[in-house]
Amino acid sequence: MNTLSQAWSWLTSADNWSGDGGITQRLTEHIVLTVVCLVLSCLIALPVALVLGHLGRGGALAVNIANAGRAVPTFAVLVLLLLSPVGNFGEGPTVIALVLFAVPPLLTNAYVGMRGVDRDVVAAARGMGMTGSQLLRGVELPLALPLILTGVRIAAVQLVATATIAALAGGGGLGRIITAGFNLASTPQVVAGAVLVAALALLVEGVCVLGERLVPAGARQAEHR
Amino acid sequence: MPGKWTAPGAPPDDCLARNEWICGAYLSTRREILQDAVLQHLQLTAVSVALAVVVAVPLAVAARTARWAAGPVLALTTILYTIPSLAMFSLLLPVYGLSASLVIAGLVLYSLTLLVRNILAGLRAVPEETRQAARGLGYGPLRLLLTVELPLALPAAMAGLRIATVSAISLVTIGAIVGYGGLGNLIYAGMNTYFKAQVLTASVLCVVIAVAADLLLLLAQRLATPWAKHQGGAE
Repeated sequence: MNTLSQAWSWLTSADNWSGDGGITQRLTEHIVLTVVCLVLSCLIALPVALVLGHLGRGGALAVNIANAGRAVPTFAVLVLLLLSPVGNFGEGPTVIALVLFAVPPLLTNAYVGMRGVDRDVVAAARGMGMTGSQLLRGVELPLALPLILTGVRIAAVQLVATATIAALAGGGGLGRIITAGFNLASTPQVVAGAVLVAALALLVEGVCVLGERLVPAGARQAEHR
Repeated sequence: MPGKWTAPGAPPDDCLARNEWICGAYLSTRREILQDAVLQHLQLTAVSVALAVVVAVPLAVAARTARWAAGPVLALTTILYTIPSLAMFSLLLPVYGLSASLVIAGLVLYSLTLLVRNILAGLRAVPEETRQAARGLGYGPLRLLLTVELPLALPAAMAGLRIATVSAISLVTIGAIVGYGGLGNLIYAGMNTYFKAQVLTASVLCVVIAVAADLLLLLAQRLATPWAKHQGGAE
């Protein structure tokens, strides 16, 4: 309990929030990094998954990529990139490693969502004379949306969690508070940093769950218009 | 003739000196270090996953039998899974100190979510008719659980076990921050000394171990459930 109260006083001390390397700066870095990586991963994964899901091809590929993604330690990818020529480009290695890590869950969930659309519904839409792209945008995408959003939520939470690893390789973000705590042998600071990351991850999870509840309802209304 | 030319008295011009990514000399000179790291990696993974199974089965059974328990059990394991690995190790630091137990405790908490969810999904998928038939044959609750429900939940449980094991093998590397990261130690040290061959070799070994473990568990699953049609489980 002693460590916890010390961690609490570390967290609530105003000095630790301001200035260079303060909590405010690290929190901003962490959020920016996560958002950039999430947007990039979505831009890469979702179009591919939607087209493959629409065509009904590449399912084995999507599953295999997802499984391989789990087996490759993000930390190893990050360090490999750091030591390669890419390593000269500031946050470049971190962003690449995190995007590689976030693509698999997005890809699988979106693909599974697209394939999960009732085949009768698809056949009916085709019978009404919908073209491929109309079918994709007007029928399959809205129906697959819940699962696609689940994929986005999983990716977002995992990104918040994994962005901490950037600090091990000298990058920014909340992980920096933890690694600095380890270097100073200051357990209260380590615990305080961990609490911050965990709180942010849970917050993102909560926001995403709320978003998932709102968006599909909107999609359904759009269909009835 | 371009190529091999060494000045007299210069250091040996091998791949270690040139700091190349792929280096046979690294493998032969550091064999023992690599073996120790692989062994530590395997031990940490095996102990954590085994402990997680021991904890997950009763939790899943409890969530299945007592309906009020399902919500809290799932919520708790989900929250545990959301906490970042580096943060998890850090949060447990006051309890375990800088030790292998710290890494193991963190990994157990991670594997728990995947296992509980999959075992529970497997138990819930047992058809009611099957349970009634077993009850009709005079099976008590314990015998029903041990000889009917758990074996039928095995394919889904094994799917969870495979994901948990592969994730654990990759997460062990983060344990490097407290010095118990198996191959992660070599990656971490290699990063600080800019030792390319060490980083690449350790990373590749991590992936090889993960793939090998996945295939072994798949084989075990097929042997243990000869009746199943070999489709994957939930999640």
